Amino acid sequence: MRIFVLVKHSPSPESLLRVSADGKSLDPTCLTYDINEWDRYAVEEAVRLKEKHGGEVVAVSVGTNCDATLRKCLAMGVDRAIKVPAEPGFDASMAAEAVVDVLKCEAFDIVLSGFMSQDANNALVGALAAAKLDIPFATAVTELSVEGGEARAVRELEGGYREEVALPLPCLVTVQSGINEPRYVSIMGIKAAKAKELKDHPVKLGDATVSTERIYAPPTRRAEIISGAPLEVAEKLIELIRSKGVLR
Amino acid sequence: MLSDLTLSEEQKAVREAAREFAEKEFPKYAEESDREEKFPFELLRKAASLGFVGLHIPEEYGGQGMGLLAYCLAVEEFWRVDGGLGMILSTTFGSEMILMFGSEEQKEEYVPPVARGEKICCSCFTEPQAGSDIAAVRTSARRDGDNYTINGVKTFITNGSIADYYVVLARTSPGAPKRSMGLSVFVVERGAPGLEAKKLTNKLGIRASDTAEVYFKDVAVPQGNLVGVEGEGFRQAMDFFNLTRIHTAFQAVGIAQGAFELALEYAKNREAFERRLADFQVTREKLAVMRTKIEAARLLALQAAVEADRGKPDPGLTAMAKYFAARVAQDVVSESLQIHGGYGFMGDQAISRMYRDVRVLEIYEGTREIEVELLARSLLGELPSKLGAVRRHPLR
Repeated sequence: MRIFVLVKHSPSPESLLRVSADGKSLDPTCLTYDINEWDRYAVEEAVRLKEKHGGEVVAVSVGTNCDATLRKCLAMGVDRAIKVPAEPGFDASMAAEAVVDVLKCEAFDIVLSGFMSQDANNALVGALAAAKLDIPFATAVTELSVEGGEARAVRELEGGYREEVALPLPCLVTVQSGINEPRYVSIMGIKAAKAKELKDHPVKLGDATVSTERIYAPPTRRAEIISGAPLEVAEKLIELIRSKGVLR
Repeated sequence: MLSDLTLSEEQKAVREAAREFAEKEFPKYAEESDREEKFPFELLRKAASLGFVGLHIPEEYGGQGMGLLAYCLAVEEFWRVDGGLGMILSTTFGSEMILMFGSEEQKEEYVPPVARGEKICCSCFTEPQAGSDIAAVRTSARRDGDNYTINGVKTFITNGSIADYYVVLARTSPGAPKRSMGLSVFVVERGAPGLEAKKLTNKLGIRASDTAEVYFKDVAVPQGNLVGVEGEGFRQAMDFFNLTRIHTAFQAVGIAQGAFELALEYAKNREAFERRLADFQVTREKLAVMRTKIEAARLLALQAAVEADRGKPDPGLTAMAKYFAARVAQDVVSESLQIHGGYGFMGDQAISRMYRDVRVLEIYEGTREIEVELLARSLLGELPSKLGAVRRHPLR
């Protein structure tokens, strides 16, 4: 089985966030990067599929600075890695375009990715890539198996419901966190990764589909203490509730 | 991390792997292992299965062959989360002596199971009357035909009651002209008749680590268990410590980094006088100075480890790194507890444990006083160190 897994080298949500001087981007100096949390589960699931069915797992990442994340995938058991040295930023369509450029050059049975990225939280790249490739896809998958030319996936729905879907191969699946317990990177894995292929796949991307107007920190919300006589306080309170549109 | 200048991609990957492992696994064991003074065997097995235990041991002897610095980076990350649990990486302690001075047969027999985390090693130098002054050891090894018979008491032995292999410094020539002469090193296996160990309890810190008193009563070992050259034990021990003290420097950097992170987090969230602690100039200075000291200590530790990986540790650079990093760790952990105030003092926070754990770093593996003496000897040309290469000032 030929398994592809899409991974993103993303800033940790616990990083210190600072808006750059241009007001349209984040200052990368204070950011700590790692493999996107959801993609870690996707890599584990991909490696488990290979362990069960044999074949090859290939990791694909878009970004000029994603080597460490791709090496981590290789250390976790991925066989080779492809880096697309482009910076689509938060433009999910461009990121999908970059990924599709790679996938069109390769034969694959299934493509896995994390459900969403821990920075933009768009949950778009997987679905957009599947659409551009015109293959079936399932999102937010919590259970996955592949048998007899089809993938069976259990999807997470709102309200605790589950939906089971069958997808003919080739297909794309975005993986919800908790689908498995990702393995630790071992020293043996790090050593083995050294001999594995990590190659660049340059692409020429089209025009951006998203432009960022402004990035800003949310205004600090402050508590207000209403003081005065009880009747006065009650009146101020009603006025406040009304002004927020709760009472008409 | 700032001090990445000298690290290869592989070394960075090792550091990150160690960080992830410690961050996810250590919190499950830290509090209980400390409270119950329980060695974390399960954690050791997990770490060993991932290759962390024998990181610095050559591949031909069952290790990962990644070099001392890679091992030290794992030590730093483990100690960043918890010092007592970080001691699982010291289950190889003593195997370095066999690697440096042992015969091929000894290396093949004793090192691989230790490197794989299946067996535990310990080093028996200290005695009730001989700590920093290891030339004062009284444990004797009397030549008796093809055997040596060992008699004596060793104390404060890390891994002493759980070890499979004991690397022991003993006096083979009682009448030698100098105290440092006539000492030799032996390896003794667990279960040898006359070998007994008693776990020492109620330590101040690193309580997850095993510490024991070890008794040798007419313990017979074959001549083949002599490690290195008879009579060269003191010199071998000095070379051994020049290497293993680098690990300790990284233990210190790790615990200091951990304490700093806790302090920063607390200072950003705790409010007093209607401001965050982090908004007070007095706290800001504390944080700035803590972080600077840690970075300086880390660079010294890196320098010592890189030197060792180049071929041979430099005793002066090792002493400098161990002295400074252990000193910094005391300061930083103490300041972090100060920032935590009453919550730090009450004992149920990680910083309280760190405050107890950090203390050993200026005591074991060479006291602060011994490190300073070694530094001075290095500066004055009494030890072979780069620190002795001092130019004469033109205005002298």
